[in-house]
Amino acid sequence: MNAMLELCVSTLTQGFIYALLSYGVYITYKILDFPDLTVDGSFPLGAAITGVLLVQGVNPFLTLLAALLIGAVAGFVTGFIHVKLGVRDLLAGIITMTALFSINLQIAGSNLAIERSIDTIFTSGPVMLLMGNASLIYRKFVVALVIAVGVKLILDWYLKTKSGLLLRAVGDNATLVTTLAKDKGNVKLLGLVIANALVALSGAIVCQEQRAFSSTMGTGQVVFGLAAVIIGTTLFRKMSFMKATTAVLIGSVFYKACIQVAISLGLPANLLKLATAVLFLVILVLGNKQKGGEEHA
Amino acid sequence: MLELKHIRKVYNPGTVTEMCLFDDFNLTVKDGEFVSIVGSNGSGKTSMLNIICGSIPIEGGQVLIGGKDISKMKDYQRYRTIGRVYQNPSMGTCPNLTMLENMSLADNKGKYFGLGFGVNKARENYYKEQLSILGLGLEDKMHVKLGALSGGQRQAASLIMSTLTPIEFLILDEHTAALDPKTAEIIMELTHKVVAEKNLTAMMVTHNLRYAVDYGTRLIMMDKGGIVMDKADQEKTETKIEDILDVFTSISIECGN
Repeated sequence: MNAMLELCVSTLTQGFIYALLSYGVYITYKILDFPDLTVDGSFPLGAAITGVLLVQGVNPFLTLLAALLIGAVAGFVTGFIHVKLGVRDLLAGIITMTALFSINLQIAGSNLAIERSIDTIFTSGPVMLLMGNASLIYRKFVVALVIAVGVKLILDWYLKTKSGLLLRAVGDNATLVTTLAKDKGNVKLLGLVIANALVALSGAIVCQEQRAFSSTMGTGQVVFGLAAVIIGTTLFRKMSFMKATTAVLIGSVFYKACIQVAISLGLPANLLKLATAVLFLVILVLGNKQKGGEEHA
Repeated sequence: MLELKHIRKVYNPGTVTEMCLFDDFNLTVKDGEFVSIVGSNGSGKTSMLNIICGSIPIEGGQVLIGGKDISKMKDYQRYRTIGRVYQNPSMGTCPNLTMLENMSLADNKGKYFGLGFGVNKARENYYKEQLSILGLGLEDKMHVKLGALSGGQRQAASLIMSTLTPIEFLILDEHTAALDPKTAEIIMELTHKVVAEKNLTAMMVTHNLRYAVDYGTRLIMMDKGGIVMDKADQEKTETKIEDILDVFTSISIECGN
């Protein structure tokens, strides 16, 4: 029974950490209407940078800041390729993603394992001060929850600012942004910067949680993010009082739980990505059916 | 004052479908004029508006506003002093944002979009007041998403939004064409009111000859990238719908229609 409970707690923890990635995908896919594949590269980028800095003894919380910044740079590169060089959105993301694969290996050297002796955000600073007595799995849960909800609240606030309103407008009707005397390209760029900063942050926390970086950890992350966003926004479409970011957070937890169930039922690890993709397809098709099958996701 | 000088516009240059629309096109619009522009499809009406707004590039000539050459300015830079309402009602508003959010966006035109609160509650009454000019009850829909409103309601909102901040020019690109006759009539009446109240310089492209005759202080008819009729003030007032219809028909006959 205890093992069952711990499995539930760790699944929730995973869902919260990946919610950050899902917020990023929400910004690009839902708000900007931009299918951003940079995610598969910026996620491990955040992990690589935090891994290397941890090994060098940098404060684990500071490494998160570094991940945010470097993720922002990755988003900027995709935005620059798309907006300033005029490359199609999908291709711009693919180019950055591909380049990042090498860059991530360059940063990390190779796959990394972070030794137990090195402190992470789950084993140091205020976390130990406040919850030193709790077991690691619960500390991870609380930290992930606080970060996921905290970032959600910041994002909610941002989307209500003038800058956030303009960001929502550019995906909704780019022509209007132009007639408001604003460069729609720069607004898109800003959105990609914020989104990929969040994605890299997500990767950094995953790295600290698993104490590992692997060059292939980005594969399929964009699909995860999309699934979380679509599950969240489809399931809770009728509840207009619920913020989209909350729906995305729940979508992320729900999707992690689905995958966890599949694993618990005996799905071999090698088939994990296949299961992720198939599940995503099912969600897409069901979501379309609900809409009356008129729109294509 | 707006001046178009020696404008040259070629579509698909260097290809078999190359088409020269404007070759040495000139037009001057004085401050405070309300110009109605008519002409058959392909005569260059919308292209002319797009050239003024910088939506399409030109191969030669100059666009001047108040004597200042804006030919090299990007489209979004030009919109600092230009407001525009499009033919498609969904082009002027954001469907997934509420009326209040749309109005707030429009209200912030030309200002900095920073981290201040996007919706200014203190301005809500002002927005309601502006929307109530329309007499469509839109002031009671402040928290409704624009996508839930009809084309006519959205177009009315677009008109108010495009003129909410001080602008020098109002560009109306067949802005009543997608509306039913009754709504078109309301929007046209509102346009007249807004232009007069805010003392705007306006250019309106329309296919409705009656609107062109009834509204505005100047009437221009275009054909094949040139101006074939240009009547202003007194002369315009005396122009009847039959007069322009005659010219219109003779052009069409020349074309073999």
